[in-house]
Parts: sequence; C-alpha cells; structure tokens
Amino acid sequence: MSHSFDEISAQLRGRHRKSARLKWISMGALGLAGLFLVLFFADMLNKGLPAFQQAYVQVELEYNEDAASMGRAAMDPEVSRVVSRSFERLIPGMIRDNPDLLGTTEQRWVLTNGDVDQYLKGHRSKLSEAEREVVDELVDSGQVALKFNTTFFSRGDSKMAENAGIMAAAVGTVMTMLVTLAIAFPIGVMTAVYLEEFAPDNRLTQIIEININNLAAIPSILFGLLGLAIFINFFGVPRSSPLVGGMTLALMTLPVIIIATRTALRSVPDSIRHAAFGVGCSRWQVVRDHVLPLAMPGIMTGSIIGLAQAMGETAPLIIVGMVAFIPDVGASFTQAATVLPAQVFTWAGEPERAFVEKTAGGILVLLSILIFLNASAVILRKKFERRW
Amino acid sequence: MNRILKSRAFKTSVIAAAVIGVVGVAQARDQIRIVGSSTVYPFASYVTEEFGAVTEYPTPVIESTGSGGGIRLFCNGVGEGTPDISNASRRIKVSELERCLENGVDDVTEVKIGSDGIVFAQSSTNEAIELTLEQLFLAVAAQVPVDGELVDNPYTNWSEIDSALPDRDISIYGPPSTSGTRDAFEELVMETASDEFDVYGGEGYTDVRSDGVYIDAGENDNLIVQRLSEDTGAFGIFGYSFLAENPDALIGTAINGVEAEPETISSGDYPVARSMFFYVKNQHAEDVPPLYDYVDMFVSETMIGEGGYLGDLGLIPLPEAEREQTRQKVADRAQLQVSDLN
Repeated sequence: MSHSFDEISAQLRGRHRKSARLKWISMGALGLAGLFLVLFFADMLNKGLPAFQQAYVQVELEYNEDAASMGRAAMDPEVSRVVSRSFERLIPGMIRDNPDLLGTTEQRWVLTNGDVDQYLKGHRSKLSEAEREVVDELVDSGQVALKFNTTFFSRGDSKMAENAGIMAAAVGTVMTMLVTLAIAFPIGVMTAVYLEEFAPDNRLTQIIEININNLAAIPSILFGLLGLAIFINFFGVPRSSPLVGGMTLALMTLPVIIIATRTALRSVPDSIRHAAFGVGCSRWQVVRDHVLPLAMPGIMTGSIIGLAQAMGETAPLIIVGMVAFIPDVGASFTQAATVLPAQVFTWAGEPERAFVEKTAGGILVLLSILIFLNASAVILRKKFERRW
Repeated sequence: MNRILKSRAFKTSVIAAAVIGVVGVAQARDQIRIVGSSTVYPFASYVTEEFGAVTEYPTPVIESTGSGGGIRLFCNGVGEGTPDISNASRRIKVSELERCLENGVDDVTEVKIGSDGIVFAQSSTNEAIELTLEQLFLAVAAQVPVDGELVDNPYTNWSEIDSALPDRDISIYGPPSTSGTRDAFEELVMETASDEFDVYGGEGYTDVRSDGVYIDAGENDNLIVQRLSEDTGAFGIFGYSFLAENPDALIGTAINGVEAEPETISSGDYPVARSMFFYVKNQHAEDVPPLYDYVDMFVSETMIGEGGYLGDLGLIPLPEAEREQTRQKVADRAQLQVSDLN
C-alpha cells in the first residue's frame, strides 16, 4: 500500500468534484432544452390560441327573389358589410336547393369577414374608421361577438382566413395514416419475424440487415422521389391522393417498424422458444402462439412511434403532390387530399396576417395529436412490458 | 419449402401489383386539375374555392409547382393523368410550346389575368429612397463594370454606388434561384439594366452576387417580411401583395422614379412588373365538363375586374380593353400558335 490516507481522500474529492460537474453540465443541457421547449410552446400558444375563437355576427336573413341571385340582398346592407363572403355566396345555392325558403326570414349567427375578426382580436386590420364605428356599435348591441371557432374544426382550407379550417387536412392525415399502417405494419412485422426467427445467418441476411438500418437513416425526401417514380409514374396511382401519400410514407416507416419488431422479438427469452419446441410445437406455432404475443407491446410501441414520425412528415408529400389546396372535406383514398403538416406549411406562406394565428393553431393541433400518440406508446409499453 | 415460399411471394406480388393497377384505371372526371406558378396560386385557389362553393362540381385540385414545372406537366400529353390548366407568372416559352405540340397538346388557349409587381422594400422605420434600375443592378450583380472592366462587385455601402444614396450597408433579402419571383427579378431588373452597360456585350447578365450581401431568404416571402422588421438596415425583394398586406411595417422603393402602386404596375410604368397567365388544354374540354365554367368564372369582372375579389388578394387588374380581349379569347377558345409568342 503506497498511497497514504490523505492521498486517497484527495483523489476521492477530485473524483466527486468531477462527477458533480458532469451532473451540473447534464442538468444544464436538460434545462436549456426545456427552456427552448417552453419558449416554443409559449410562442405557439400565444399566437395560436386566438385561432380557436372567431368573430360571428347575428344577421336577419330575408330570403327574397333578389337573394336568389345575389346573396347580399338577403341581409340588412349595414350588417352585410361585416359578413364573410364565404357565407354570402352560399345563399343563392341554399334557395336553389330549398325553394320553400323564399319569403321566410331567419335569425342566424354567421362568420364575419377576416378584417372584423382581426380588429376584435386587437390585431392590425384594414377596416376604415367608419367601418370600425359600425363594428363597435354591433359589438355593443351584442350582434357581433367572438365565439368558439367551430369553422376551424369543421372546414377545409380557404383563401378567406375566417373560413379556413383543418378538418380536410385532419381527414387526409387519418386516411394517409390508415394506408401507411395497412402496408407498413404487416410487411414490417413479417419481415422482422422472418429475419429474426426463420432466416439463416448468412451473408445475404447480413446485407439485408445493413440495408434496413441504412434505410431508416435516409432523408425522407428520397422516399418522395421513389414514390413519384414508382407509384405515380409506373403504377399510375392518382397524384395527391392519400393512397400514394400513404404508400410513400409506408416506405419510410417500414425500417422503423422492422427494427422495433426485431428488438422486441429478440427480447423474448430463448427459454420460451425452447419450452415450446420441447412440447412439440412447430416453428410457426412457436412464433404465432408464444413469441409474437409476448413481443406485441414492443411492436406496437415501435409502430406508433414510426407512425407519429410519418405523421409529421411533409417533404416526401410535396413530391407526390399532397401539398395541395383542399377546401372540401372528403374521405376518399383516391381523391386529392392534404395532411396536417402540409396545411401548416401552406398557411405559413399566405400573405394575409390573419393566417399567422391559423398557422400556429394548426401547429397546436398537430402537436396535441403527436403528444397523444407518443404518450400512448409510453403507456402501452409501461402497461404491458414484461421483464425477464 | 423454399419453392413454395418463393412461389407464394411471387403470387403476393402479382396480387399487390394488380390491386395497385386497378386503382389507376382512367375515369371521366368532374374535377379539374390545375398546376403551375406559385405566384398565380393564391388567385387561382381563390377561384377554385369559389367554384367549389357555388357550383355543383367538386373543387378543382390545384398544385403549386412553379411556372416551369407546371408547363412541363401540362405539356406531357393529352388525357388522364395530365393537368387541364397550367398557371404561369410569365408567358409560355417557344421551346415549351413546341414540346407541347410534339406531345399532341396542340389546342391551347392562353388567358392573361392580370399583373403583379416585384417590390424592393424596407422597414418603415427608414426614410424612403429612390433607385434607378442601374443602381439596383449594381447592388446585386456578381460582377460590375469599374473603369470599363468587369470586376467582382466592390460595393458594400449604398453611398458608394451613388453619393446621393444613404450611407448604409447594402444588405438584401431575396428569393432563391428556384423561385418565380427570382426569375422575374433577373429578367426585369438584371437583364434590362445590364443592357445599359457595354461590358456585358448585350447578353443579359443575371448572376447575383454570393458574397453575403444578397441573402437567399427562402421561398416563403413572409419570412423576408419578418426579417425586415428586425434587420431594419436591409432591403427585401418580394411580390407586391406582401407590401400591400403590411403597410405599417414596410415601405416600398420607387424605381426609376415610379412607386409600386396598382395603377403604375397595371399600366406598365413601374419597371419591375410582370403579367400572369394560365393555359387551358382545350382537348380536355369534353372529358372534363366544368373546365370552361371555371375559366369563365376566373375571367369574370367580379374576379379580375377593378375592385374584384382577386384585387383584394393583390392581383393588379389589366386595363379594361385588355380584360375584354381576354374574355373574347376565352369565348373563341383561341388557339395559341408558336407565331403568337414573338
């Protein structure tokens, strides 16, 4: 023993100092990341929350002959100036579809135009002094008010900010994700099962493995180019459709699911397989009845994370034409559609200021869905995970 | 075992291919497909939305692909899978029209819808300045003439270009080379101005300097607008509608003594203005019944006229006589010829 007690305790102090320093540095890094997150959320909430409210005006609709050709004629001229064109233009159609309306009157809360909305929210608006006075009067008499923005959650995109909503994009996202899941999940799981349980360990499977790991790291835009070349140009899948978008994203999600499934399968201990073989199960029975069910929570977690990743993706979808203007909410796999991040992208490029809050509102909705998905992945794992 | 697997895999692929194939089978459609310029996109999408809302036809699908990309798709041929209309923030080129003709797209109507100006704007905290096209060119060109020789652009301060200009560092946020606005800027400012200098030999010089004075600010013009309110010493290059939307934050710059205003852009007095078009594939008119209903709505006075809805979005209306001409062309389904382009 050449070290004295003092030497050892000095060395120990030094080591403790080092570990304390490391702890502070890592906590600092975490704190910084947390700070950015809080700033980002605060900014988004600050900008996006107004999007969930919208100015509405109460109008008395008088369905007369004139209104059948020009919607404006159904309203009091003073009030009609604050009504959004998105409503006004529908009046002739309403009368055409339902001729009984002629001669009746109706009270109704309808959207105001975007400038009135921005004015009420205290943002800059193009209203003239005179128009502001009209709006102020209407607010005082309770005929104009900010209400919960149902339009935002029930309509598709619009060039009129007050009429723009995320529903079309949300439906498009669901359709696209259904396609992605329907393709990537079975193929991914089956590939992983084959590689993990059946395939011999030779040069070929090693090459396949390297390639799968490689695919997971490829920039997503390349999958878009692949989708364009193969699905659209070769197979003739309709451009801009959830079908082609889902297939493209499935390519991107496949490696994630394969890797997650393989990890999950590998974590099932061999003793389970041996026991099953021992009582005479075939390889297929071992996998179907024992290994797969035990690996399922891990597989589900991996798939949900892969799906969440695909859901936030825009780059490959630009290439296959899914960044499109879609005002109609429609659920079809072959008609043109758009997805939530693409909708955010589109709104971010609009010159009108009123779209700033729509953009932030869209981001908030997308974030909530992603948080929900990732949280359910964590919960699934916590609930069903088994340690051996 | 291996053989069965192989044959199964084979069968599965065949079935998968068949399923995918069936989906792609052609169908007569009610939905118009539009591609093209990102500059025309806001106007066209307003009309498509209106069209979807007030007619019984579905809303046309519109994709923002850029003028060149749109015309390429448009000229790929006739029939299912090719667009019916292509928007463009410039006129179709002779080479593009020739490619169209080669691919059997020989009945195209050209529709001119209005103009758009490109502005050179700065934060409204500054004094407005006036520039000539040549001064603007000297600020952005990669190589400029000094004593009759072409040298790398030495100007870093506006007052070095002309002592009457303010003593401010030159800093310009502009569109990247993929943008239609950049194309138009190169053509309308750089080519025109470089013709005034003999050293370029009369060939339009369009190289933009890359020494950090001209900053590519991405396709999103909103970003340029935001940066200008933070970086108050800088200028930005973007479409007129962004200046019109932000009168409190931005001021424009008079070019050759002309301010960017709807009247000056429409009349062509403002030198950095361009016309916007769309091209209609008449061969699709029968298979896509709503095609000309849409075109008629687009060229109606309520859309492209004075005080029309597209004017609110920043479209500068054509003079009345030209609007009439446009409508006449649409009514006649006038066929665009290569000889019209010169």
